[in-house]
Amino acid sequence: MASSFARILSSKRKVGILSLVGAGSLTVGFFLNREQHVNAGAHVRRIYPPSLVLFPNSAEYPDLRKHNNCMASHLSPAVYAKLCNKTTPNGYTLDEAIQTGVDNPGHPFIKTVGMVAGDEESYEVFADLFNPVIKERHNGYDPCNMKHPTDLDSSKIRGGQFDEKYVLSSRVRTGRSIRGLSLPPACTRAERREVEKVVVDALAGLKGDLAGKYYSLTQMTEQEQQQLIDDHFLFDKPVSPLLTCAGMARDWPDARGIWHNNEKTFLVWINEEDHTRVISMEKGGNMRRVFERFCKGLQEVERLIQEKGWEFMWNERLGYILTCPSNLGTGLRAGVHVTLPRLSKDARFPKILDNLRLQKRGTGGVDTAAVGNTFDISNLDRLGQSEVQLVQTVIDGVNYLIECEKKLERGQDIKIPAPISQFK
Amino acid sequence: MNINQVDATMPFGNTHNQLKMNYTAEQEYPDLSKHNNHMAKVLTLEMYANLRDKQTPSGFTLDDVIQTGVDNPGHPFIMTVGCVAGDEETYEVFKDLLDPVIEDRHGGYKPTDKHKTDLNPDNLQGGDDLDPNYVLSSRVRTGRSIRGFCLPPHCSRGERRGIEGLSVEALGALDGDLKGKYYALKDMTEEEQQQLIDDHFLFDKPVSPLLLASGMARDWPDARGIWHNDNKTFLVWVNEEDHLRVISMQKGGNMKEVFTRFCTGLTKIEELFKEKGHEFMWNEHLGYVLTCPSNLGTGLRGGVHVKLPNLSKHEKFGEILKRLRLQKRGTGGVDTAAVGGVFDISNADRLGFSEVELVQMVVDGVKLLVDMEKCLEAGQSIDDLMPEQK
Repeated sequence: MASSFARILSSKRKVGILSLVGAGSLTVGFFLNREQHVNAGAHVRRIYPPSLVLFPNSAEYPDLRKHNNCMASHLSPAVYAKLCNKTTPNGYTLDEAIQTGVDNPGHPFIKTVGMVAGDEESYEVFADLFNPVIKERHNGYDPCNMKHPTDLDSSKIRGGQFDEKYVLSSRVRTGRSIRGLSLPPACTRAERREVEKVVVDALAGLKGDLAGKYYSLTQMTEQEQQQLIDDHFLFDKPVSPLLTCAGMARDWPDARGIWHNNEKTFLVWINEEDHTRVISMEKGGNMRRVFERFCKGLQEVERLIQEKGWEFMWNERLGYILTCPSNLGTGLRAGVHVTLPRLSKDARFPKILDNLRLQKRGTGGVDTAAVGNTFDISNLDRLGQSEVQLVQTVIDGVNYLIECEKKLERGQDIKIPAPISQFK
Repeated sequence: MNINQVDATMPFGNTHNQLKMNYTAEQEYPDLSKHNNHMAKVLTLEMYANLRDKQTPSGFTLDDVIQTGVDNPGHPFIMTVGCVAGDEETYEVFKDLLDPVIEDRHGGYKPTDKHKTDLNPDNLQGGDDLDPNYVLSSRVRTGRSIRGFCLPPHCSRGERRGIEGLSVEALGALDGDLKGKYYALKDMTEEEQQQLIDDHFLFDKPVSPLLLASGMARDWPDARGIWHNDNKTFLVWVNEEDHLRVISMQKGGNMKEVFTRFCTGLTKIEELFKEKGHEFMWNEHLGYVLTCPSNLGTGLRGGVHVKLPNLSKHEKFGEILKRLRLQKRGTGGVDTAAVGGVFDISNADRLGFSEVELVQMVVDGVKLLVDMEKCLEAGQSIDDLMPEQK
């Protein structure tokens, strides 16, 4: 990476007042210059009105007064000024990282993250903003002084077979990024196609109950498409402005696709919100088996890409690196669809979930309402605990919920459990 | 140009040109096999290879130009442009792509052709007497870009605010029947917003994927706003699809008055900008430079809402419009259907004809259309009135 001297010379914004070094752009404070180089080597000056001169960074600082997202909470003018002229080695900038948060002010009740990473280095170069955002989003996990544990040894799980009178289905998902290639907000078409190739080649090496097939979005037939829709596997072009404003839908549907095993219990999405999203699932309550397959599949894929000289993005500060800071660490959401007709009507239900560090959603996924009495219950945390720990939390927690439901069935009273500790 | 010298960065999306040079042109070339837009028709692999290492001085790249066309394959019947400019220099640096797109879009306009600008309303013949029983309203619009600033797909927040500041200052100096007021989108009160909606002045955040994919809606509603005169006959949009969109309009058929106010207002605004050391983007080949290549030249759409219930059902209606170089739309604007036999009729051309010439075509053409309508009402044939191809 260029020295900081060269970076000053080549940075996008040069304040006429401040940048005196070798650029011949000394101003007398009357205008803000943005110097660029044209084909012939001459300088082209862009001139702002005098009112914008005195506070050059404030001319660019976004108006976040009506915003309620994690980025807006932590992007002070000072932080902006410090980071706005930096770029990652690939050229990703702060303005690109925060664009989605600027464009989507947020909701009074739901606090979105409001920023994304364009590549692995984003989390380092823009750490002054990412770190407090991560800490807020991950309930106090401090990237400055904590380490994230990774553990995909499913043999450590205790129990994990739920009462199927209550649990209708079990599912575990995460994401993985291929080190050395930019993330969906910033990747070029060629990089995205390379992600597709690397992952599809690896998946083709899976055997036994993991053997499967890839369906490219650009090439699938009508029948294949219909089958994937019927299986509830097909993903569509993102419409959420949270994603489109970050540039993740560019070039759709180029290099996007879906892979699944023949048994339809292990599914991989390629180049949707992350390089890959990996999902293990089945009907019924055998979360243990779902997690076993999850770990085995992930480890196999990792081995296969390593044979070709690739690896996943990971570090001990942040765990697995994904596009959205909310998915750092394990990126893991393990959950069940469970019917809890009595418990869900009990006023203590939210507090019980809270203390068990669980989260409820409707069965359509995030931001949907529950249908009937069936809920999607999953782990709240992503970062600071390992995969094994989080899945165990879900198993123990859901068992507790089922016990509560059974007690209420029998006319017995239930207890709010003591809050379990967050960072083990 | 040595791209390593320029570390300019793009606020939106796919910009890492240095990174892309690690891959071959084939690896980066977009899949346009299902596409039907002007860009896709023209952009071969060879052209992509030749242009992909170039950037404008502000850092706009080929992929930035074409992103909207890649993301929006187009429609079998409606041919969209599929590319945008991020700054004035885009039309120069990427002329190998944009010249053929312009030629195709603007009826054969060649790279060597010169465009004539004429904003003298005295040169318009007639136009003050379109029958108000048929012509319900008259309107002329265009756009202007401020030289030295990047265009909406590429401008930074600071630039956009600069454009707003300069525009508000210039508009604030207008007087007489042009005196008016600016309403910033992010500061307007509920009452102001409702009034602007009732007046049909308020523009909203773009929802069309054609615009969103090129990054024009970034940072909404920062530095966007609407200015209009007290009489509500002269309206300026700031930082929507272009730096400025300028609209002159009124009820009835006095297109001459609408056009006169249009020219007077534009000329005055241009003078005010020049006093502060700024000018509009313009050159003698492309005329006024705007974001979308379809709006080059005059950027002018002059039109009327006109009642043509009989003529619109005539089998030769389409042919007549074509010969008059006119275009029909529904009264909701582009891509809407006509309601109650009322059509929006406007000039089809933008580049290669002057403002006066285009408005003359509208005035003369609409006069003829109304005469034809009256004939058909009276049960007479319109065969004698069929025009020649203009």
